Amino acid sequence: MKHAVRQFREFSIRGFFFIMAFVSIAILCLILIFLAKEGLPIFEKVSIKDFLFGKYWYPTYDPADFGIFPLIVASLAVTACSAALAIPLGIMTAIYIAEIATPRLKEIAKPAVELLASLPSVVIGFFGMVVVAPFLQNTFNIPTGLNLFNASLMLAFMSVPTICTISEDAITSVPTELKEASLALGATHWETIVRVIIPASLSGLSTAVILGMSRAIGETMVVLMVAGGAAMMPSSIFSPVRPMPASIAAEMAEAPFRGDHYFALFATGMTLFLFTLVFNFIADYISHKHRQVGAATL
Amino acid sequence: MKKMKQNVMIIVTMVLTLFAGQCFAENLKITGSTTVLPIAQKAAEAFMKAYPGVNVSLSGGGSGEGIKAIIDGTTDVANSSRFIKDSEVAQAVEKGAYPVPFGVAYDCIVPVVHPSNPVTNLTLDQLKGMYSGSIKNWKQVGGPDKEVVVISRDTSSGTYEVWSEIVMKKERVFPGALLQASNGAVAQAVSKNTFAVGYVGLSYLNDELKPLTVNGVVGNSDNALNGSYPVSRVLYMFTKGWPTGMTLQFINFMMNPQKGQKIVAETGFVPLY
Repeated sequence: MKHAVRQFREFSIRGFFFIMAFVSIAILCLILIFLAKEGLPIFEKVSIKDFLFGKYWYPTYDPADFGIFPLIVASLAVTACSAALAIPLGIMTAIYIAEIATPRLKEIAKPAVELLASLPSVVIGFFGMVVVAPFLQNTFNIPTGLNLFNASLMLAFMSVPTICTISEDAITSVPTELKEASLALGATHWETIVRVIIPASLSGLSTAVILGMSRAIGETMVVLMVAGGAAMMPSSIFSPVRPMPASIAAEMAEAPFRGDHYFALFATGMTLFLFTLVFNFIADYISHKHRQVGAATL
Repeated sequence: MKKMKQNVMIIVTMVLTLFAGQCFAENLKITGSTTVLPIAQKAAEAFMKAYPGVNVSLSGGGSGEGIKAIIDGTTDVANSSRFIKDSEVAQAVEKGAYPVPFGVAYDCIVPVVHPSNPVTNLTLDQLKGMYSGSIKNWKQVGGPDKEVVVISRDTSSGTYEVWSEIVMKKERVFPGALLQASNGAVAQAVSKNTFAVGYVGLSYLNDELKPLTVNGVVGNSDNALNGSYPVSRVLYMFTKGWPTGMTLQFINFMMNPQKGQKIVAETGFVPLY
């Protein structure tokens, strides 16, 4: 009897967890179906090629142009520039925290970086708009401080904590015997970091970078506030741009319900989702393929 | 133990009373344009004071959202900074809804520049030139030899639509214009940029912005009402069918020169009379 009760309890707990796990997957599926249902009708009006590679985004005119190429380029440019800023910053911070800092400094530095992640994006956006934009304008004598560079800078602030935290975990989990072996062979601390620790944690570092970038490409509030919002091809890093999330957020509220513009915005959302999906697949692939199993695979 | 039971009873009774109160209160839902939101906000507060039994719930979301909510029947009043579109009328008829418009206020859209900019007047043609990209330098309109930074609203905002109709005459704003998501953001961006031009609703003018005259006419409430200021528009509240009950009371409240229209003036818009 007691045994049966135990078994039942075990069974019901398992069932409960299964349902919990299933709920989030089901919600994801529902959102995807909804996204497709609301986004696909636009392709009856414009071909996929014209939508993705069209150069003009004039959704409210008659006849309307639904070309999101400038938006895609803007998203990619902003992400690439922010990665260029955030990757060195994030990884070097991680190396410092994991390998070089004294334990006491580590106690302070690590939570401080993580605190950066808890800054609401609207606050970062506001900072970029009110402080950084006028500064850029005056320093570089450019027409507007609301531009690609400003947005990249703010996004870099946001992806540094992601990159740093995951990298730091990857570096810390490098087996101690590797490090000790390297030091025992007469390598300096610096040589050990560059030749042993970084190669050994490379899969973790790549995952960190890609997750940081996928955070940047999907970020909405910051690019809405500081990217400038001009739907044109950027000609320099000081050009104003209009990344996809900014366009969706700014226009969705006023788009006529189930009109072409509405469908086009959902299709833009699908495109954006595909981009982040690809980023996540790459991260997953790298972390599986180059997983460090023990010391022998190095 | 007995005391605890008593306490529980009291709490239960209180909760029940609270719920009962909620059930019997009349609800009025208002949604739509963020331009009209400040008016609706103040009006709703005053209305709830005047009619204590009524519970007004208010949300923004945009003119399109509001009209959509009227068509779907999920709201009683929809605020809109533009008139209903033909495509929306068609959808409404299809669903058996007949949106009724009430003009509740006038809004004046004023071109603005940084206070340090010497330009004081622009003609409609000059504004059109700047926004379509043919006028690229302040020199061309009597200003300093500097590039014009054109700041506009998002293509789907109601303010933009009015601008596009009256100033742009339906021509496209050139892709290099910076699009901002709200009146506040435009005001912020222009006040931080010496060579920017933007446009905001009358209520968003402040000391950090310099309003320009259009064709020599000052954008203010008198000129909007007498029709001499070219860039002005009517703000609407839509109801589903001719309003009845509480909705009718609210619309009457809005139209009352001593009540709703006073609030319109207080929030920086132009009252109807």
